[in-house]
Amino acid sequence: MTEMSMIQAIHSALDVMLERDPDVLIFGEDVGYFGGVFRATEGLQAKYGATRCFDTPLSEGGIVSTAIGMGAYGLRPVVEIQFADYILPAYDQLVSEAARLRYRSGGEFWAPITVRAPYGGGIHGGQTHSASPEALFTHVAGLKTIIPATPYDAKGLLIAAIEEDDPVIFLEPKRLYNGPFDGRHDLPARPWTGHASAEVPEGYYKVALGSAAIRRPGQAVTVLAYGTMVHVALRAVEESGIDAEVIDLRSLVPLDIDTITASVNKTGRCVIVHEATRYSGFGAELSALVQERCFYRLEAQIIRVTGWDTPYPHAFEWDYFPSPQRVAEGLRRALEG
Amino acid sequence: MRNQQPLSLHIPVPHARPGETPDFSYLTFPEAGATRRPDSLTPEAQMRDLPYSLIRVLAEDGRAVGPWDQHLSPDILHRALRAMLLTRLFDDRMFTAHHQGKTSFYMKSTGEEATAVAPSLALLPGDMCFPTYRMVGFLMARDYKLANLVNQIFANAGDPMRGRQLPLLYSAREYGFYTLAGNVGSRFGHAVGWAMASAYRHDDRIAMAFVGDGTTAEGSFHEAMVFASVYHAPAILCVTNNQWAISSYQGMAGGEETTFAARGIGYGLPGLRVDGNDVLAVYAATLWAAERARANHGATLIEFVTYRVAGHSSNDDPSRYRPSDEAGAWPLGDPIERLKAHLIAIGEWSEVLHEALATELREQVRAAAKAGEALGTHGQNPPPKHEMFDHVFKEPDWRNLEQRRESGADS
Ligand SMILES: Cc1ncc(C[n+]2csc(CCOP(=O)(O)OP(=O)(O)O)c2C)c(N)n1
Ligand SMILES: [Mg+2]
Repeated sequence: MTEMSMIQAIHSALDVMLERDPDVLIFGEDVGYFGGVFRATEGLQAKYGATRCFDTPLSEGGIVSTAIGMGAYGLRPVVEIQFADYILPAYDQLVSEAARLRYRSGGEFWAPITVRAPYGGGIHGGQTHSASPEALFTHVAGLKTIIPATPYDAKGLLIAAIEEDDPVIFLEPKRLYNGPFDGRHDLPARPWTGHASAEVPEGYYKVALGSAAIRRPGQAVTVLAYGTMVHVALRAVEESGIDAEVIDLRSLVPLDIDTITASVNKTGRCVIVHEATRYSGFGAELSALVQERCFYRLEAQIIRVTGWDTPYPHAFEWDYFPSPQRVAEGLRRALEG
Repeated sequence: MRNQQPLSLHIPVPHARPGETPDFSYLTFPEAGATRRPDSLTPEAQMRDLPYSLIRVLAEDGRAVGPWDQHLSPDILHRALRAMLLTRLFDDRMFTAHHQGKTSFYMKSTGEEATAVAPSLALLPGDMCFPTYRMVGFLMARDYKLANLVNQIFANAGDPMRGRQLPLLYSAREYGFYTLAGNVGSRFGHAVGWAMASAYRHDDRIAMAFVGDGTTAEGSFHEAMVFASVYHAPAILCVTNNQWAISSYQGMAGGEETTFAARGIGYGLPGLRVDGNDVLAVYAATLWAAERARANHGATLIEFVTYRVAGHSSNDDPSRYRPSDEAGAWPLGDPIERLKAHLIAIGEWSEVLHEALATELREQVRAAAKAGEALGTHGQNPPPKHEMFDHVFKEPDWRNLEQRRESGADS
């Protein structure tokens, strides 16, 4: 075990997989010589050679379409989209091609690709460096969507994603790269150092896609969160003293529905937290699932705490980003309802 | 026949990385004045030499030479010099402001000022520029208020964009400056659509759009090119080739296989390749393409060859990926120094006048920065919170109204 930040854990996963499997190769904008704008691939080109980890032209559509072609040939490309906000030029490739290749060819062709993209807010990135586009992918049949919240999970889930034979969108909460940010931007930033889930094995291991993690057991109310919001929710629980059960979904597709229903059936209350805009957000799906499966156990309306339905506003970042205070307010409403 | 040797994957490598000697030997170009200037209505097929040449007007000795010299008035040249110098001083001041925590982000255009300033002076009122984030010089040449820029950069209550955008992503419709966004390339097609609309309405306006060398790889660049070609859109489509796209050299966008100007050939669009650090050449090429567009002969692709002297942005350290003395080895010089030498050579300028101008502009920038700081730097005194919910739609829908209340912005 070594202590790693999330970005180090991601780097380690890529390193392990390049070492292990000659069919794994990494490419994207500025990922080669430079090692990526967040340094996820630092040194990998020098270590494994230019054909294993290389720069691409500035074209997200080109990156994903060539990855699909390589995947269909038999390789396992792991591509980086510099910011999730910039994945949209590749959206057609992901939705119309990667997601359907297997289905439409009757299983003859498939795209075992992993698309990594830093996502989410909290870094003063404004409209085009802060988005949370997960619902654009969870809505598409044929895509898997993964969002880690800790260094340990980031590495284990990324290795599992790379070994998947289906296309995986791997969204990395960039505000968590260097520390477990809990929404308290008024306090000094904390590093991962000393955090239990920053203890990461140096070698190969997997965290299965489709399994949620209970980050804090509780009886009063269930909180469903992922990415940075897991830490914000834990902070809200700590500050409010409410005995909430905080579930880190980790995997949006496939979803660990059993852990969710077991928890809500126990608590009878549910708060859903995400940074993305509320309307048609992933919270809407979670809310519908909980309502369909736990209806007779629910004692209060399901509460959503989310980003507002506006583009991500630069100067209003901390009014937009769900705060521990807003989450705690949501918990109280769920307890009153 | 099957291949005798197994295939191997080609990965382009730049000429020099940190620790190596800067090497611009890949950039060959003719003497100033040597490139011919066909009539602007010449069919594209008769001009296929131009994308491989380099249009240059300013010679080593500061004289303006050759067929592309437009004999611009000293007044225009003085305005160009002032705007370029103002841009550079403003960039330096705001970059420092970032180091002091007064803004969240900044990007400089150092070394590339001519590519923004000359088009600004050459276009007519009513034309629209679809800029990149490295083109504040366009606004400087039109006397846009420095206060607006500073307030936008500080995202304070005076920000005309109301705190919604990253620093630099200005919008100034009255000044012929289309709204910027952080995603690169996506507005290239807007310029073509704007130009088509002008033609549709039988107006006489043209559009001028810019992307960086790196951004030519985006699909949006190619889509715009084919529409411009098919509809003879009255547009000037420009590639600012500053040799780098963050850490990726221009060869990563295909610049080693052919020139960016030569991308026009496949679309049947004339391609001009221009010394981007020669403000007279940039001006002349813009006028040529504008003349062609206004005569209903359609679009031109222009490559401005220049160099990104600064890092990509305030988050970037270019010494990690290119030799730190590369800017000093750049063979096309500095646009401000070259124009200054020209004005001195023709007896229209002096070192003393130059120093006085620099002092005046430095003071102007300092005063604007101070006023902006007084109104509020990043995080202090933003626009009223409820404005976060405005302009999502023309009229707010029930969600905007409910969430405005829920966020506490109404109280
Ligand atoms: C669609 C999209 N993808 C990626 C980025 C991240 N990015 C910002 S600027 C840049 C490089 C642009 O290089 P170039 O087009 O040469 O312009 P320059 O910065 O040199 O002026 C990249 C990759 C982006 N802004 N938008
Ligand atoms: Mg560039």
